[in-house]
Amino acid sequence: MLWLTFLIIVAAAALAYVLNLRAARRLWAEGARLHSITTFHALYALFLAALPAFVFVVLWLALSGPVIGALVLSGLPDEVRAGATAAQENLLLSEIRSLARGQAFGEPEPWKAAAAARLTALEATEGWARLALVSLIAAAGLIYARTRVSASFRARQRVERIINGLMVFCSLVAIFTTIGIVASLFVESMRFFARVPFFEFLFGTNWEPQIPIREDQVAGAGAFGWLPVLLGTMVITVVALVVALPIGLFSAIYLNEFASPRLRAVAKPVLEILAGVPTVVYGFFAVLVVAPALRQAGQALGVDVSPNTALAAGGTMGIMLIPFISSFTDDALSAVPRSLRDGSLALGATRGETVAKVLFPAAIPGIVGGVLLAVSRAIGETMIVVMAAGLIARMTINPLDSVTTVTVQIVTLLIGDTAFDNPKTLAAFALGMMLFLVTLGVNIVALRVVRKYRELYD
Amino acid sequence: MNQQETGAGEIKISARDVQVHYGDNHALVDVSVDISDKMVTAFIGPSGCGKSTFLRCLNRMNDTIDGCRVEGDIRLDGEDIYAPEVDPVHLRARVGMVFQKPNPFPKSIYDNVAYGPRIHGLAKNRSELDEIVEKSLRRGAIWDEVKDRLDAPGTSLSGGQQQRLCIARAIATSPEVLLMDEPCSALDPIATAQIEELIDELRRQFCVIMVTHSMQQAARVSQRTAFFHLGQLVEYGETGQIFTNPSDPRTESYITGRIG
Ligand SMILES: Nc1ncnc2c1ncn2[C@@H]1O[C@H](COP(=O)(O)OP(=O)(O)O)[C@@H](O)[C@H]1O
Ligand SMILES: [Mg+2]
Repeated sequence: MLWLTFLIIVAAAALAYVLNLRAARRLWAEGARLHSITTFHALYALFLAALPAFVFVVLWLALSGPVIGALVLSGLPDEVRAGATAAQENLLLSEIRSLARGQAFGEPEPWKAAAAARLTALEATEGWARLALVSLIAAAGLIYARTRVSASFRARQRVERIINGLMVFCSLVAIFTTIGIVASLFVESMRFFARVPFFEFLFGTNWEPQIPIREDQVAGAGAFGWLPVLLGTMVITVVALVVALPIGLFSAIYLNEFASPRLRAVAKPVLEILAGVPTVVYGFFAVLVVAPALRQAGQALGVDVSPNTALAAGGTMGIMLIPFISSFTDDALSAVPRSLRDGSLALGATRGETVAKVLFPAAIPGIVGGVLLAVSRAIGETMIVVMAAGLIARMTINPLDSVTTVTVQIVTLLIGDTAFDNPKTLAAFALGMMLFLVTLGVNIVALRVVRKYRELYD
Repeated sequence: MNQQETGAGEIKISARDVQVHYGDNHALVDVSVDISDKMVTAFIGPSGCGKSTFLRCLNRMNDTIDGCRVEGDIRLDGEDIYAPEVDPVHLRARVGMVFQKPNPFPKSIYDNVAYGPRIHGLAKNRSELDEIVEKSLRRGAIWDEVKDRLDAPGTSLSGGQQQRLCIARAIATSPEVLLMDEPCSALDPIATAQIEELIDELRRQFCVIMVTHSMQQAARVSQRTAFFHLGQLVEYGETGQIFTNPSDPRTESYITGRIG
């Protein structure tokens, strides 16, 4: 029935469009000087027929479910409802719903069967009422729009206002979703901090998120100091950047300034393919190729290398980040005006001097933007580190050690059967919150740096 | 003054049968010309006739354009500048260039002027470099306007000041020839007048070659004028001669405004 509702809206919109287009064309053919061209009259009708009906359907769908549920519940025998909590009522309602859909376990009590029948009847009524009302609203919009067609009607301004409103609505949706996500993170984190002191989390150097399973268990109460986890993230990020920065920068400079057009035409797409490799694949690569290779190299040198190392995870992540940095650098270099290049060459500078002294400094804002974006990616990257980094949090900056990261811990905390009100699970939200704050900080610094350089160079 | 002008009339650059192709486009055809030292030579002609192309042959900037081919013989002080042993990087230090649109680097005023001397190692220490920078800015007739803010970005200056900064930057490598490609076309009349005055000063020390689309400008500042048309050098001679008594009918139509 739902598809029929939307079909009616689409049909009404199309009909309204055609009717108004025809009416406006007729006026025009009769020699009237239309204020707005015919398309705007048609679009005006389209919006008027479709928008109110659509909004109505959305509201109706949001409200009809709870209303029907309440009606069904109120029709139940008193002795069933007496003393039922809201949760029990919900359970009852879903039981009745599945009964109405024909999924019965055993022989249902007669009052349940009656309630299911009532539900079916109510839903049918709801469907027809919805169809009727939507048709009515769409028709009203269509007819009203049709009556407005006249030479002096400012259809263009109306349409522009409607489109403007739609754009405002879309940006509001984006903004409020963001606010909602951040708010829910914040609320859950607060619940965590009600159980674990804030400063213990912030400055604790011990991360062992175990909690007693039974009340009387004597096992450790768990430690929630996030510093070792943060340190692990930073070690991996630094390793990734040490790999990605020089390779990305120099490959971009080479491709942009020195490579022949033919080489460039081949190499650029290849680099872009690197950006399209799924992170899981990088994860395989880290676990199956990089980590064993490092271990062997370590053995040959007599160095003890653990099976999961920050070096393997970070190095692989660095490879993933190369295309980021190189494509940002390439764009930034290409955006430097040719006149600067010519100016430098005409003074007798070599190509290398021109790149190092003129093009690169002028491209720095764009490059910094790319680098900081890469840092955010590295901090937030999950798949590679889940596969290739370890699980144990240690206070170490040795890249040959196994470390863990914020994202890995969030994943492991949320995996498996966990109640959503114990500190172990809630810790994931606190970590998520901190991750968000760190990335936000990096982005703010990025914008600052870029703006400062813009002022210098524009 | 007379002493400074000695050497005027000596041939600085001589070009013979220069051909330039951009891919299939034959942009310059058989250009032969002798350009005198310590004078301003103006290249005029309708746009697209090859003035900039010929100018770029003189400091081998055409080498940096993909698909551009230069043939013929161009000599600076009798040396073939396209000879295999000539390094274009050194040539460009001797033949400076100023562009149509002022293009200061996104660096301080000081660093802009010091750019050439630094890459060519012209100064032994900071005080020598300071000296070169000051001398160049003075010769670029912009010293008084910027002496208190040498650390300000070159891009913070006005258009006319930027162009004089670019001239100072070109002078700083002590070139012998200064090429200027429509140096005033992006400037207002007052800035244009200042640059023209500066160019008139500069000819005492340099061989100045200037492309312009303004015939009044050519008449005001140049001693020799070359008229290009459709990739050919149509007429070349004393500026006064070209403007009052051109020998080629095409030159006459151009300066009377019938073609262009
Ligand atoms: N970089 C270039 N690539 C290809 N063709 C060019 C290039 N520069 C100039 N040309 C061509 O060479 C001819 C002469 O151009 P140009 O020297 O710029 O003329 P002018 O400076 O007299 O206006 C024109 O036909 C132009 O299209
Ligand atoms: Mg030109």
